[in-house]
Amino acid sequence: MATESSSPTGSTGAADRRTWRRPTAFRNRYTKWAVYGAVLALIAWSVASLRITPGRFLSGIGYGYELIDSMLPPETGSEYTLRLFDRMIETIAMAMVATVAGIAISLPVAFGAAENISPKPTYYLSRGTISATRAIDGLIVAIIAVIALGFGPLAGIVAISFKTIGFFSKLFAEDLEDIDMGGVEAVRATGASRFQSLVYGVVPQVVPRFAGLAVYRWDINIRSSTIVGIVGAGGIGVLLQRAYQRYEYDYVAAILVAIIAVVLVAEFVSAVVRRRVQ
Amino acid sequence: MLETENLGKTYPTGDEALRDVSVRIDGREVVAMIGPSGAGKSTFVRCINRLVEPTTGSIRLDDTELTALDDDELRDARRNIGMVFQEYNLVERLTVMENVLSGRLGYVSNWAALRRNFPPEDVERAYELLELVGLNGMEDKRVDELSGGQRQRVGIARAVVQEPKILLADEPTSSLDPETSRDVMELLTDIADDRDVPVLINIHEVDLAEAYADRILGLHAGELVFDGSASNLTDESKGVIYRGEEPPESTATDPDWLSGPDDESSARNGQDAGSDRLPAED
Repeated sequence: MATESSSPTGSTGAADRRTWRRPTAFRNRYTKWAVYGAVLALIAWSVASLRITPGRFLSGIGYGYELIDSMLPPETGSEYTLRLFDRMIETIAMAMVATVAGIAISLPVAFGAAENISPKPTYYLSRGTISATRAIDGLIVAIIAVIALGFGPLAGIVAISFKTIGFFSKLFAEDLEDIDMGGVEAVRATGASRFQSLVYGVVPQVVPRFAGLAVYRWDINIRSSTIVGIVGAGGIGVLLQRAYQRYEYDYVAAILVAIIAVVLVAEFVSAVVRRRVQ
Repeated sequence: MLETENLGKTYPTGDEALRDVSVRIDGREVVAMIGPSGAGKSTFVRCINRLVEPTTGSIRLDDTELTALDDDELRDARRNIGMVFQEYNLVERLTVMENVLSGRLGYVSNWAALRRNFPPEDVERAYELLELVGLNGMEDKRVDELSGGQRQRVGIARAVVQEPKILLADEPTSSLDPETSRDVMELLTDIADDRDVPVLINIHEVDLAEAYADRILGLHAGELVFDGSASNLTDESKGVIYRGEEPPESTATDPDWLSGPDDESSARNGQDAGSDRLPAED
């Protein structure tokens, strides 16, 4: 840019001190300020176009207060609790089945997507599968599954399994790429077959990561299976949706408390197991 | 018997790691290959079991032409080549016994490998080798609990349990302290004697090479510039190997420092050396 400080005779005088500035990630300082300005303007425009006035905000708080008031105390009638319990069992069962099914499908995809052990065409195919399954949000998959398979837990299982593939394959493939190839190379050098070097050289190195990831995904799937019911794909979400529609906010509160309790337990179990295996 | 002829390797990047290396290793010889970093020592050793694919030349192990083999044949051939690595290259999460037995994988089915179901004679052999390398009673330890020296012993046991026709060692002492390095070298030379198998060790510690090897090969910039007994390794020859110096004139009358046990494994010294001083053959 500018060269204000360079003197034509060289840089020997004390008046001719060299200056230094940290280089910016943008091409120059003008670009930098222009980008910052543009980002701020975009945020301001977004807020303005939503037309959320301070008055609207305050009345919103009022509604919120009324809602919480009608939620307390949570509904604990035995018939309600029984139905809640029933649906919660279904929710957990859905998560279990979907985790097992999803991981079973993920395994070949993960090995295919590990650059160090997979041939190039398989690698690209597997990476493509992963990207595709990650691109669509779980709820959209659940809606499609409900349309295709009808209401009920089967649709939920399909949707959650589908989402498991993208997550599990991607992370497990990364673990596979991180293994120490030295041991694998040595096993190969003894004359072992491809399959043998896989089960003898690769698998032992990733078993703990596999267990950790499986439990982690199980805990995520429990959370997902509480929501897919909103679109009719089984589990406790169905109950939640119905309670909202009937304005049974005290029952909604009871369901939310149950969800929070189950998710916390799942997260705790998952954390303990992961700490143990790693 | 291992014989390489005009073995060359040029990496896809264009680096010529190895040029025209012809060597013959026989009997129960302990051969040390020395040379500066990047001289092609590792490339040479890895070409032999084709962990690195050579670009030119041939490799024969007894009567098998290794460079001509397809995948299945190569697997069978690799069973006859034991290899010891610088970083031990063990499978860390497996037990000592599993690592040793992995040397027998070429002889068992996939299913047996999965179930760690090896024939009793393999297991017996593995126990014997663990005693030989001084790891008796350690079979159920996981390898990542062992020290560097112990790990290298497991690596050696894994290579020897193959009952190979040649034992290759790629910088087996570089990750070890001097004391353990000597133990490992001693173990390797003992194995050559006891098992009647030639051992090719690629090593950068010249004193270890001189102390333990019957024969020394010197590589400089991918070319074989020395092939002779340890006692013939003079300061001049070290200069040739490590600094690429031209061999001094006086040695012209004493060809012994350059010529190996047989004419086949004669050394060449590239474009800059006067070919009149070399046992020319082409």
